[in-house]
Amino acid sequence: MIRYIIRRLLWIVVVLMVVTGLTFIIFYVFPTTDPAVLAAGRNPTPQLIAQIRHIFGTDRPLFTQYLIFMKHLFLGDQYGWPGFGFSYQDLQSVKQEMYSRLPVTISLTVGAAVIWLLMGIPIGIVSGLRRRSVADRASMLFALLGVSVPIFWLGLLMLYVFWFKLGIACSSGYVPIFKTAGTVGSYGLLPWACHMAMPWFALAVGYAAFYARMVRGNILETMSEDYIRTARAKGLPERSVVFKHGLRGALTPVVTMFGMDVAFLLGGAIITEVTFDMQGIGLYAYRAVINSDLPAIQATTLLAAFFIVFANLIVDIVYAYLDPRVRYT
Amino acid sequence: MAQQVASEPVVDPTEPELGRVEGRSPTQLVWARLRKDRYAIAGAAFIVVLTLLAVFAGFIAKYVVHHGPNEPFIFSGTAPDGIPYGPSSSFWFGHDTLGRDVFVRVLYGARTSLIVAVVATGIAMIIGVILGLMAGYYRGAVDTMVSRTIDVMMSLPILLLAIGLAAVCGSDRQGCLGGSMQWPSGPASTAMWFVALLLVILGAMQWSRGKAARGGFIIFLGLFAALLHFPVPLPSISPGLPLVIFIIAFVNWTYIARIIRGQVLSLREKEFVESSYATGASDWRIMLREIMPNLAMPIIVYSTLIIPTNILFEASLSFLGVGVSPETASWGRMISDASANGIYQFAPWLMIYPGLFLFLTTFAFNLIGDGLRDALDPRTAK
Amino acid sequence: MAEPLLEVKNLKVHFPTEDGLVKAVDGVSFSISPGETLGIVGESGSGKSVSMLTTMGLITRKQAIIEGEVIFEGQDLLKLPADEMRTIRGAKMGMVFQDPMSSLHPFFKVGDQIVEAIRAHQNLSKKQAMEQAIDMLRRVGIPRPDERANQYPHEFSGGMRQRAMIAMALVLNPDLLIADEPTTALDVTVQAQILDLISRLKDEFNAAVVIITHDLGVVAEHCDDIQVMYAGKAVEFGASRDIYYSAHHPYTWGLLQSIARLDADVDRLRPIKGLPPSLIFLPRGCSFNPRCPYAFDRCRQEEPELVPANGHHASACHLALADKERIFKEEVALTS
Repeated sequence: MIRYIIRRLLWIVVVLMVVTGLTFIIFYVFPTTDPAVLAAGRNPTPQLIAQIRHIFGTDRPLFTQYLIFMKHLFLGDQYGWPGFGFSYQDLQSVKQEMYSRLPVTISLTVGAAVIWLLMGIPIGIVSGLRRRSVADRASMLFALLGVSVPIFWLGLLMLYVFWFKLGIACSSGYVPIFKTAGTVGSYGLLPWACHMAMPWFALAVGYAAFYARMVRGNILETMSEDYIRTARAKGLPERSVVFKHGLRGALTPVVTMFGMDVAFLLGGAIITEVTFDMQGIGLYAYRAVINSDLPAIQATTLLAAFFIVFANLIVDIVYAYLDPRVRYT
Repeated sequence: MAQQVASEPVVDPTEPELGRVEGRSPTQLVWARLRKDRYAIAGAAFIVVLTLLAVFAGFIAKYVVHHGPNEPFIFSGTAPDGIPYGPSSSFWFGHDTLGRDVFVRVLYGARTSLIVAVVATGIAMIIGVILGLMAGYYRGAVDTMVSRTIDVMMSLPILLLAIGLAAVCGSDRQGCLGGSMQWPSGPASTAMWFVALLLVILGAMQWSRGKAARGGFIIFLGLFAALLHFPVPLPSISPGLPLVIFIIAFVNWTYIARIIRGQVLSLREKEFVESSYATGASDWRIMLREIMPNLAMPIIVYSTLIIPTNILFEASLSFLGVGVSPETASWGRMISDASANGIYQFAPWLMIYPGLFLFLTTFAFNLIGDGLRDALDPRTAK
Repeated sequence: MAEPLLEVKNLKVHFPTEDGLVKAVDGVSFSISPGETLGIVGESGSGKSVSMLTTMGLITRKQAIIEGEVIFEGQDLLKLPADEMRTIRGAKMGMVFQDPMSSLHPFFKVGDQIVEAIRAHQNLSKKQAMEQAIDMLRRVGIPRPDERANQYPHEFSGGMRQRAMIAMALVLNPDLLIADEPTTALDVTVQAQILDLISRLKDEFNAAVVIITHDLGVVAEHCDDIQVMYAGKAVEFGASRDIYYSAHHPYTWGLLQSIARLDADVDRLRPIKGLPPSLIFLPRGCSFNPRCPYAFDRCRQEEPELVPANGHHASACHLALADKERIFKEEVALTS
């Protein structure tokens, strides 16, 4: 097991290297726009552009730029370890910016995850057990609607109806729970939850629908397994057939899916954050891409990839504990 | 449940159906089940109507509502304070901020959505099937390379990279690949018309012989070929669309390759493949004649399931402002324009109609995909 | 003869599906007395498993239209409410299934799965139940049962898994053991061991046993009576030796001829031509007529009844008894 984890950790490092390389090629090699020109303002002099290029380091050969990026990543830079450099937009530490935005994305992801689990799993279980019932048909129709609705449209509709028309919901934007040095305006648990409610729901709907469909399918599959027939043949009460033998088989694969989905969103729930104007990792990454803010792009891509590969490892380890047939060597 | 069952008509074994039913092939069974699925039929009907609307968008714009997708009615369409006017008898879905007709733009947006989703799915399918087939069939080094590439691709924050690719490649009119992806024009487009016409005639012939399902499908393909022709002479579509298609295909092939690889791995252990191998058939022959036919059903099912995802993907890219070029009508971009500066609060039709069409189209494709999957595997059907 | 332990009378199990009504079991009767072994033989889809699953209450009116009577120890199981049926199932009737790998829950330890069966019916502590489970594992011939009880099914070999399944089915000392193709998924060398084990335990526990199989050769020496089923109906019934040495139904002949025997030439192995019929649209007349080499006009018009030829031997076939005996002697006995 230890050997396996070590091997996986090495593989993670390899994958992250490939990701940085790929990001570098896409964002440093492909584009025709020069970030220095963007940063120089309306009527830049050639000297100013050259100066900015020197500050950014984009005047060096591409290969050197990549090596410097790697050196900073592994050994740290003027902002500490890991070194992500400074943003081209405001010359602030990218790492600092990301840290300050992480609570927004975490709030969004965790809240939405709780909602979609609480909605998706019970609906899926009931649907799977009461197949072809009215409840099953209705919830599967709603689930299909749920996976079909675009988050950004749902978000805007909700903002229009509940905030603008009815005035019963909070507006877009993020309000922190605790007051910190950077906090401007209101803060506190209630305003936080109020502003989070609609983004949580908009983000959770699609996942809830997807999980309901997945859990239903798993339940149907598990309940037709031979071992369920054995459990019934033993004379077990139906509730322990379903809840002990059935759910154990049906919900174990959900763990994998859930881990990966949460990791994906922690890397930035881009569309939700853009729709609700929340200053999270996703919005930061999106702005970075639009503004050719190369260090910020590298950092956010790497962070997102890190969440994904790391979650992958954790999920595999957890799975080995849940399913005794799986053993890693 | 018991009463419900008892009330179902018991099949009379003397009815003439008897001989036919026993000999039904799996494909016929799937069709028979699919035809009974009212939801799937409704979804298919919606897609057919939408495709017709998209094909005849230009005709409708010219002869029904009498204005094009990019005609700005600045003075008659927007109030002095810049807020556009809402739906009226000649502007059914209202004006946008430039005074353009939202209804016509929604129709043109259907073109963008359908073309991007179907073509991107097709390309992803081709790449995915070829790589999945090779990996599953040859195993060993080929499999390792393909599988590892898929692993890395799946570790990428795909939306972020797609936005990045779209942003950096869309900033230049040549695009990243030097504009090598171009829609056919000139003689190629004439050929396309010919193919479309041929397909429609062929489909009609099949239909008249009583094979309505197959005929309908071929006619639909013909109409689609006709739809593919339309964007060609429009200069508005050339740089953005191929790029978006490429990006979506690029992020999608991994799912298909993984599924196909798994299928091939189990198929190649089957007796009919081994016997074919034993008779000395070449690898190509085995792959094309023995394995490919068995992949047809998974390919159809996954295509119908991936198309709606790709429609949402295109809309998301356009919503984030990195999709098709600004003058091309796209539902995602229309919603994005509506959300800019909160204009949708005063002109909700800007966001409601394109969003509704996007939602319904995705839903319709999902209904078809779901129905198809249920028809293939009735054990999990609703 | 003693009062039968289980008596199934005119059982019908029909499944409604989207493609039509599947008549999986269509009027089947049989009975079994304590200490007896009954073999139910037929191809897959002949209704042999469905009839026994219905007896166990594992197929209920929720899934199928069920008619007939299943009298077990004096009461009709089909009329029992679900919770009362549950107390009989597992305690008075045990069942062993075809594939022991998929029939044991992969996520739970073997010992725990047996303990669960005990505690579903008896008010015992976990520790007492575990002792009982380990004792039972020993009786089915599993070495080091105390260690084995603590392992997962995937750590067992195929034969050991089936032994564990048998232990689970017999741990509460049931009056009836139903074994559904208990040896099909196992190696040939293990098959005989498992059947011997079932026979031995039957005597030890004084239980009645029903063995469901598609292979006449496997059960012949372990069964007292054999019932041959085809397309949801019983086509022949009789004592094991009657079936083996003077079968009366062409389908049984086919089954006998398709048994592989070590002392026989390869070309003697004669499979039955054709496929079992669709259970939705059964052929008119005798269900077997399209595959039967001896079918004549009456077989295509009129459905044969199960008629006794002598006291204990019955078959459902229009052929005259003399013809049956002649054909068996001249064609079947030589090749089987």
